[in-house]
Amino acid sequence: MELPIYLDNNATTPLDPRVLEAMLPYFTNKFGNAASRNHAFGWVAEEGVDYAREQVAKLIGCTEKEIIFTSGATEADNLAIKGVYEMYQDKGNHIITVTTEHKAVLDTCKHLEKLGAEVTYLQVKADGLIDLKELEAAMTEKTILVSVMYGNNEIGVIQPVNEISAIAHKFGALFMTDATQAVGKIPVDVNADGIDLMAFTAHKMYGPKGVGVLYVRRKNPRVKVTAQMDGGGHERGMRSGTLNVPGIVGLGKACEICRLEMESEAKRLSALRDKLEKSLNELEESYVNGNVQHRLPHVANISFKYVEGEGLMMAMKDLAVSSGSACTSASLEPSYVLKSLGLSDDLAHSSIRFGLGRFTTEEEVDYAIQNTKNAVNHLRNLSPLWEMFKEGVDLSKIEWTAH
Amino acid sequence: MAYSEKVIDHYTNPRNVGTLNKDSKTVGTGLVGAPECGDVMRLQIEVDENHMITDAKFKTFGCGSAIASSSLATEWLKGKSIDEALSIDNMDIVEELALPPVKIHCSVLAEDAIKSAINDYRVKNGLEAIELPKSHH
Repeated sequence: MELPIYLDNNATTPLDPRVLEAMLPYFTNKFGNAASRNHAFGWVAEEGVDYAREQVAKLIGCTEKEIIFTSGATEADNLAIKGVYEMYQDKGNHIITVTTEHKAVLDTCKHLEKLGAEVTYLQVKADGLIDLKELEAAMTEKTILVSVMYGNNEIGVIQPVNEISAIAHKFGALFMTDATQAVGKIPVDVNADGIDLMAFTAHKMYGPKGVGVLYVRRKNPRVKVTAQMDGGGHERGMRSGTLNVPGIVGLGKACEICRLEMESEAKRLSALRDKLEKSLNELEESYVNGNVQHRLPHVANISFKYVEGEGLMMAMKDLAVSSGSACTSASLEPSYVLKSLGLSDDLAHSSIRFGLGRFTTEEEVDYAIQNTKNAVNHLRNLSPLWEMFKEGVDLSKIEWTAH
Repeated sequence: MAYSEKVIDHYTNPRNVGTLNKDSKTVGTGLVGAPECGDVMRLQIEVDENHMITDAKFKTFGCGSAIASSSLATEWLKGKSIDEALSIDNMDIVEELALPPVKIHCSVLAEDAIKSAINDYRVKNGLEAIELPKSHH
């Protein structure tokens, strides 16, 4: 077993060697521009892209023509939301999203608010799921888009996209989902789920960084987005720019592997995740964040009360994980996602996200359990809050010197 | 962000972790920060009849830099008089631990904890409280 151990697969995943192998020729002898229609170099590159398009389409149950390649999920989110806002201005200016969305969605919506959009940010319940009645109540005649993520990046909670899309459609709005954490990890089918637009990226599913997808529905209804990048008219005019052929080929291969191996991989990872979670929950005052039924198989988000996340990560020096604490940021604000669940700031500061992946072994998980337990105990020995808690002091009654 | 060697040293082998009797007249306690900000430091000093600090203990809830700042503070406090201890400036801690700009607030908190502990001792022993600087973080 090599140290450190990578348990941050929600941030990014390592490239699968099979993906790398598929990509390599497209850096060297198959280097052509996929838009060069008049010679063999272009045709070979185009073939690679076409094949990748099929591989991607198969994974999410759509046709090849509905795939728009982008530089990643952030660009795809931007293109979807800004593109729909511009294209459907005549119909309305209202967008509904959720407070726990990724910043690529939230900040895009904030940008549109400055341009005249009205945006409703739905709250989530304590388990991270939205309340469908609240969604329905927020829908208006002017609602053009409902954007709700598929699986959350911090807590792994899976929203009921099927019901959400049905509500959106009932009111004549489009349904878009940022499925960055879900595609390749759990079955996602754009038709079964009623998805009109969907953003995702290669590097969260063992593909390369710098390439992503916006799925844009072509039938029932035919969805259009206004291009945000003008130029050569690539990707059916929706996203100009020379195609990242090696990246796209890698994305295609990554999708194919996910499609074939998802079922067994999800089973293996959820068993490992459950083992990790159960063992760490044996620690006093530890809390699992988010709904534990409806969630991605490979994520565990746990708060260890009375220790601070960043300090904790420093003690877990052989583990690469992430924390909802934000001691490094100027604002000192902890994770807005955890706060949206109604977690108190101190619990949000105490959270650690474990993201397992394809290459995580049971030996590594066992090591992580021990290392984390030791770290929590080490820091609790140093923690005045832990001491007070043990003495029965009510921390909420103390007048803290806020700063 | 990489931590400096000194931060790692203090974090891994924190000096003077512990608790003094906060009700003792010879002990001054400073409890600063807030759980919701992600930093709470408790710094305690034991002071003899000549107003010399003979012992110092800390416990800190916070990041590695906060823990290191308070650990270092306890080392510096021992052997100083309570007047000398007032001269410990947060920038001395920043320099010693090579804290990056985003971690300066950790050193500020340590300075506040020192001053607050000294004040607690002073008030307990009939001395006038010194004026604490306005929190600058």
